[in-house]
Amino acid sequence: MTVPLSATELGKRLDYLLGPVLSPRRSAAPLAQALSALDRRQQDFVLHWIEVIDRSNYEMAYQFAAAAPAALGRLDAAAAEAWIIHAMDAYDRDGLHHGSQEFRQFEAFSRQATATHAATFAEYAPVLELFVCGLAGRRLKLETADEAKTDTETLFLPPRIALFPDKADNCAVYRILATLLWAQCHYGSGQIDLAAICAARADPSRAAALLAHFESLRLEARIAGLFPGIARAMARLRGSAPDPRCAGLAAPAATVDDSIALLERLYGAFDPPALPWRLSLHAGANAVRAARLARERNALAAALAGLMRQHPPPASGGVAPEGRFSIETGQSAGENGGSEFTLRLDGNPVAPLPQLARLIDSILQDLGSIPDEYLQAAGDGHEQTGTGEPQTDDESEPDGHDHGAHFYDEWDCKRRHYRRNWCVLRETDIEPADGAFIDATLDRYRPQIAQLKRTFEMLRGEDRLLKRQSAGDDIDFDALVDGYADLKSGMELPERLMTRRHKAERNLAALFMVDMSGSTKGWINDAERESLVMLCEALEVLGDRYAIYGFSGVTRKRCEIYRIKRFDDPYDDTVRRRIAGITPRDYTRMGAAIRHLTQRLGAVDARTKLLVTLSDGKPDDYSDHYRGEYGIEDTRQALIEAHRAGIRPFCITIDHEARDYLPHLYGPVNWTLVDNVERLPLKVAGIYRRLAT
Amino acid sequence: MVTRPSPPGIRPLPTEARLIRDEPYYEAVGGEIALFEAAHASALPVLLKGPTGCGKTRFIEHMAWRLQRPLITVSCHDDLTAADLVGRYLITGNETVWVDGPLARAVRSGAICYLDEVVEARRDTTVVIHPLADDRRILPMEKRGELLQAPPEFLLAMSFNPGYQSVLKDLKQSTRQRFVAIEFCYPDAALEEKIIRGESAADAATAAALVRLAGMTRNLKGNGLDEGASTRLLVHAAKLIARGIPAAAACHGAIAEALSDDPEMLRAIDEFAASVF
Repeated sequence: MTVPLSATELGKRLDYLLGPVLSPRRSAAPLAQALSALDRRQQDFVLHWIEVIDRSNYEMAYQFAAAAPAALGRLDAAAAEAWIIHAMDAYDRDGLHHGSQEFRQFEAFSRQATATHAATFAEYAPVLELFVCGLAGRRLKLETADEAKTDTETLFLPPRIALFPDKADNCAVYRILATLLWAQCHYGSGQIDLAAICAARADPSRAAALLAHFESLRLEARIAGLFPGIARAMARLRGSAPDPRCAGLAAPAATVDDSIALLERLYGAFDPPALPWRLSLHAGANAVRAARLARERNALAAALAGLMRQHPPPASGGVAPEGRFSIETGQSAGENGGSEFTLRLDGNPVAPLPQLARLIDSILQDLGSIPDEYLQAAGDGHEQTGTGEPQTDDESEPDGHDHGAHFYDEWDCKRRHYRRNWCVLRETDIEPADGAFIDATLDRYRPQIAQLKRTFEMLRGEDRLLKRQSAGDDIDFDALVDGYADLKSGMELPERLMTRRHKAERNLAALFMVDMSGSTKGWINDAERESLVMLCEALEVLGDRYAIYGFSGVTRKRCEIYRIKRFDDPYDDTVRRRIAGITPRDYTRMGAAIRHLTQRLGAVDARTKLLVTLSDGKPDDYSDHYRGEYGIEDTRQALIEAHRAGIRPFCITIDHEARDYLPHLYGPVNWTLVDNVERLPLKVAGIYRRLAT
Repeated sequence: MVTRPSPPGIRPLPTEARLIRDEPYYEAVGGEIALFEAAHASALPVLLKGPTGCGKTRFIEHMAWRLQRPLITVSCHDDLTAADLVGRYLITGNETVWVDGPLARAVRSGAICYLDEVVEARRDTTVVIHPLADDRRILPMEKRGELLQAPPEFLLAMSFNPGYQSVLKDLKQSTRQRFVAIEFCYPDAALEEKIIRGESAADAATAAALVRLAGMTRNLKGNGLDEGASTRLLVHAAKLIARGIPAAAACHGAIAEALSDDPEMLRAIDEFAASVF
């Protein structure tokens, strides 16, 4: 093994690596001293990661260096890496303070990491989310919080549960908590005015805890009837039998009021036992519920108005229809979240669209019935706002300016992990420009376009009649006559006497992703636009489905995708003018763009899906190290993801250095270099033909 | 050219073989039986709409039994050609022989012809049935120069699942507007329990739990599942349970794995099963 580095050598390296956060009062010497005690392999590990973390934040790197010697004593290399990733995730998500705290709390991390019996939220949430959706019939958000509670839209659950030695039991506790929280929404716990009830008590927090416990007992009984499996798990894990004084809550008719009455009786004389699942009541639940109801009422009014337009009153009716909706709720179901109801317009049943049905269902869950005033269709002109209140659909967005944004992970090749939700991407329409450019292009390339169209026409998939087949739909009489002659002359009748229709159906969707970075300024941009025009002309003949998007952006917070032509858009004047409107913008952060367009393309139903990039150079972005290896590796990772999603990426580039990096990104064959920019418009359609036939 | 009704070697089953003798179990949800009978009496074709496994095929079998007509079912697929339906020439020895397709046989014998999942067939194929599905009620057999007139007992029925979101799997207006449509959906909880008990030896508690489980999976439609568990799957699970398979294993095999391949979804459905039983 190589000799460990001395404290002096380490000091020099650290001075260089951590320079920006060192000062006369905070030198690298103590760090170097501590690190010199490690063996060389560990020292290299620490130095490598300091370098990596430096890319994100120098202070984080310093905190890591300070914690590393002690941490490496406890954690092996794999666990240490997990610890670093965990802390960096916290930094990415919550900032420097939380990130550096995670570095300091490596002991807690090591305890948790070694406790394999624990169920963690991160691991279990995807399953739990489906579970809750199945229970509730609507999507409820799941988030972590120190205590389990719900505001009727989000279920808050503890980040990890390690109460039992068996992991399955800890998962069961999650399931019990989630079911109880759903029951809180479903059986009216959200209606409790917690503040008013608790304020009257000497110790409001004690009152709240007691009430939450009573509610849990009441809901446990309700759940037991529906979900015997959950009831069995609760009986097994609860530890102590419920207090007999609370037995009244188990009656099927018990309501919130019974819990409140019990609080009156037992406030001074009862201590809630320590159950493995402890829930709180959410103080804000009432407000959230009211806001949702207001929102849903508006949406309902708009949907009913839409329904009314679909069912116009009969022209020759004796009685003038009133346009009155009524609703009958069934008694039979309803326990499953999915309630049954019949919607009537002027007494005639109407079939609600699934969206409307879900809305009614959601209101039924909150109110138990639909009040008459909810059943009024919005008048013309205010479908959007209904009663005039602003729409509050996006109130749950973390911050307002991220409305409509998509979040994408980014691959950090140094960390060898994703940075979660690292890139913020928005999709916007491109501003259509004057059509003169298009006319000029069509004019300039008229003969070439005509020829392209002819070539592509020949490729169009059509029925072909295959003759002389051994099996088929019909008899090939020519072959039969020949065969009959053969037969008469003593030979055997040939076997291939059938015709068969063979339909070479084209089942292909192509998405073109156009580089709109600043570097395309000038004739590259012209060539790109001309190429797109020729491509569209050719593809219209071929009949393949295709879409065109531009991409650019500055930094991870502002990745932009520009819509030029969506799959459903016809190739019309607007699209042509949008093509003319393609202008050079900023940088090329390709990873996020590829991930976004992979999703767009993934939503299309086609046997073959092509993602064709028109590019003029390497991925690049302003600052934050995207240029170079990081950007290339992220792009490569995004392309691998696309590949996994069944998409074939291809790149057409004009970058003369492309040979150095494109094979690494797209593989040896899935790219092509057009070395003369002026030839690009003439080549692109041909390249597509080669690719797609 | 000589034609014979059935060439040696390739003998189609006589349509009478598909006459259903025993009553197929079917629980009526609404007025669909009366509607179907009226359509048959008025010589109108019928379109059965609804998600998979909600009883469309069972209904048509039941109606074939009720009306005492032979039933000819064609499962449509994307290679189904017009010749597959109408018929074709075959070569036997040194002569060509015409063989009727299932549709022609149904017309000749006044049977019920049921085209299952008709959108799966090639679009040009569906056009063949157009003259048969309006008031002309004829099947032109171009290759033989023959025009088959359907007898009054003949009925054309087809099924269609409107739940497919694919634009490719939609029924053309010119086709669908020729049919009397009957919509099928999952029965309500009480009826579905009854059906499960009628189809399997399951007890009341098992049937109720299965229906609850189905409700939870149907809640996930559009949230990770393309379709919720159909009544058919519930019957499968109930049959397995009645044979002594533990409920969790039966639901995993008959329901979870049939609905999804996604590991998280499988786990979620398993947990539904663990909760309701």
